[in-house]
Amino acid sequence: MWTWFYRLGSPKWFYGISGRWLPWFLCAAMVLLVTGSVWGLAFAPQDYQQGNSFRIIYIHVPTAFLAQSCYFIMAVCGAIGLIWKMKLSDMVAKSCAPIGASFTFLALVTGAIWGKPTWGTWWVWDARLTSMLVLLFLYLGVIALQSAISDRNQAAKASAVLSLVGLVNIPIIKYSVEWWNTLHQPASFSVVAKPTMPIEMWMPLLIMVIGLYCFFAALLVMRIRVEILEREWRTEWVKALIKKR
Amino acid sequence: MYFESLSDFIAMGGHAKYVWSSYLIALFIFILNLVLPVMARQRFFNNQSRRLRRETSARNVKIENEGHDASGS
Repeated sequence: MWTWFYRLGSPKWFYGISGRWLPWFLCAAMVLLVTGSVWGLAFAPQDYQQGNSFRIIYIHVPTAFLAQSCYFIMAVCGAIGLIWKMKLSDMVAKSCAPIGASFTFLALVTGAIWGKPTWGTWWVWDARLTSMLVLLFLYLGVIALQSAISDRNQAAKASAVLSLVGLVNIPIIKYSVEWWNTLHQPASFSVVAKPTMPIEMWMPLLIMVIGLYCFFAALLVMRIRVEILEREWRTEWVKALIKKR
Repeated sequence: MYFESLSDFIAMGGHAKYVWSSYLIALFIFILNLVLPVMARQRFFNNQSRRLRRETSARNVKIENEGHDASGS
């Protein structure tokens, strides 16, 4: 078991194996996201209250989901990097930040666009929206720390601490719609409960969520691979790769 | 197909600007997310291969000069 753990920590090994995974993640993401959005846009029935504007859900919910999962991964990898000084884990944490920030931004923007026809306003200072905005600032903080500190290990340490402190925000986002009286509708997705939507509306959403997870995996792998190259440029295997091109 | 016609589909029951703008922004951000790491990778390989070439040519010049000095003395 421990040899597996050590191998996972080896950037060279990860670079090799992830190169083989990447096309599969990209293909799966492509197929699922196209299927999900065509189904959601053209075939799903409209909402009896919100009409067709509800179709924004197929972008909004998956990106909001991923924004939180990505933060969780970033914080856990930051902790692993802090405790076991695993280099690869620091690289994963660093690569998570820009992807997570873009997904949080997308969730906020699509939420605002959806809010206009549904609530009559782009923005309200409601618990769910505000905690999502805090998440965006946490991501931006991590990105700023990473670019401000030139020593890689120090930067990784500082941003790991920030992301661990910010982890408090994740349950706040999740339960904000239950704890406070908000405009935001309750969770449309749950692992335990039966879906509240009809299956024709719910299936494309599930496909979009899985597709976006694959897309996220592909993006993360792409960023980690560049990060590995930039850190290992002195090693023989990277030099061999450069010469081969 | 839920909609009756293509123009119906594009109109989105009057919500066209909200639905389509969300999907367009999403598409833009997805593509940006794909392009950025590809560009960073390209940049890395360009810079590094230039550096490698420079280093090898500098080493060759040095070897040549040393050879010249040896024969001259």
